[in-house]
Amino acid sequence: MSLDQTEKAAKADPATIEGDVLDIIARQAKVERALLTRSTSLAELNVQSLDLVEIIFALEDKFDIEVPYNANDPSSAGVSFQNVGDVIDGIAKLIGARDARKPA
Amino acid sequence: MKRVVITGVGAVSALGLDLRAHSEALRAGRSAIGPITIISTEGLVTKIGAEVRGFDPAAYFESGKIALLDRCAQLALVATREAVAASGLTFRDGLGPRTAVVLGAGVGGQTTQDENYFRVYHEGAKRLHPFTIPKLMISAAASHITMEHGITGPSFTVASACASANHAIGVAFHMVRSGSADVAITGGTEATITFGTMKGWDALRVMAPDTCRPFSRDRKGMVLGEGAAVAVIESLESAKARGAQILAEIVGFGMSSDAGDIVLPSPEGAAAAIRGCLVDARLAPEQVDYINAHGTGTAANDITETKAIHAVMGAHAKRLAVSSTKSMHGHALGAAGALELAATVIALRDGFIPPTANFTEADPQCDLDYVPNEPRVRPIGVALSNSFAFGGQNAVLALRAFK
Repeated sequence: MSLDQTEKAAKADPATIEGDVLDIIARQAKVERALLTRSTSLAELNVQSLDLVEIIFALEDKFDIEVPYNANDPSSAGVSFQNVGDVIDGIAKLIGARDARKPA
Repeated sequence: MKRVVITGVGAVSALGLDLRAHSEALRAGRSAIGPITIISTEGLVTKIGAEVRGFDPAAYFESGKIALLDRCAQLALVATREAVAASGLTFRDGLGPRTAVVLGAGVGGQTTQDENYFRVYHEGAKRLHPFTIPKLMISAAASHITMEHGITGPSFTVASACASANHAIGVAFHMVRSGSADVAITGGTEATITFGTMKGWDALRVMAPDTCRPFSRDRKGMVLGEGAAVAVIESLESAKARGAQILAEIVGFGMSSDAGDIVLPSPEGAAAAIRGCLVDARLAPEQVDYINAHGTGTAANDITETKAIHAVMGAHAKRLAVSSTKSMHGHALGAAGALELAATVIALRDGFIPPTANFTEADPQCDLDYVPNEPRVRPIGVALSNSFAFGGQNAVLALRAFK
């Protein structure tokens, strides 16, 4: 299910982005969302390569963004998937770029 | 058990429309990877591939026949004609019932499926062409080969993703070796450069944006190819009795399953297939001169495959040559093992090792001799050809130069 554009735009404030990212990571990693902090590493959540690809897919779908992630060359994505905080910041940046491209 | 030899090979790949063109490009180390042209790449992340260029179905088939053939069947039929003509065999004068067709395909009639599903789902078409199903079924190419050549023995298609062709060739080899078939037409075909399939590959995040650089430190993933290659195989005694040209001998086949991950490869699974192949061929590791690697150019495959070769070959691993011809003809999925068999047969016959093209920089985790960029003229006696599929289905062939 994808949200319509206005609903997405309305949700693009930092707290909501953080909440949505946490929801997606918690769901994919099958952990309690309350246990996630910004410093939680995806490796310690046992997120494998295909899990990560699914997380990125869910994030792209949720926020209508493109994450240029290549599993063979993760550093080229411009978003770090090291810690939960990295993901939140990287996604917020991409959403900002998305909104900057959109006509007002 | 009979000795099994190859008496004809045909190939249609990004490198060219026949075996000669395929071989000349391999010998020159020329990569055929380039911008995708057969579909629009607007909306795709991956805009490069290894396409079969200049293939005009009308040059090979009557118009009524073309309507029945997906691109993957067209490629397979053209490769088969070349292989059969080279072998000198005909099948309508008694050999048909003793001949098998065992073809590998990973996906099947993907162009047909993509186009027709687009019509119903997107354009709201009320009906589809009645040939939709006969064209998209994964076994169609093998059936068309039997019809065109009058082959009435066993025929079927083997699907194991990227290892399909090696599984097909290996099964055909065992059938001829055991005497359950006198002749087999075997290989693989694939043509999946369609918009829907490419979107799927984009989503998996393993495709290279620039080119395919197997075993090179800066490799960024795989590049999709397409094509077909077919070999005619028979017993050594029948080939000799009729004075046929013998291109190479198939001496072994090993298979294994990782029982691990649906996409990540395992060094133990790959090593088990290589080891099984050597046992089947009664070869010692030291006898192997060259390995045509699976070498997809992904971070995971190339390290895993290197580990597997070390595990089986021991100290000899550093002495043998390993190359990935996917750097030139792309990864043709279910046809990959067949295009690589064609490459390996020519290497054995003509005495050269095709290079790993697009190689820029050594990776400390990939520490074998990958024959970077420059082909090497050198006689080789024994070669292996590796295929390690998604889902951990591994198949390795052993071939020997026939002198």
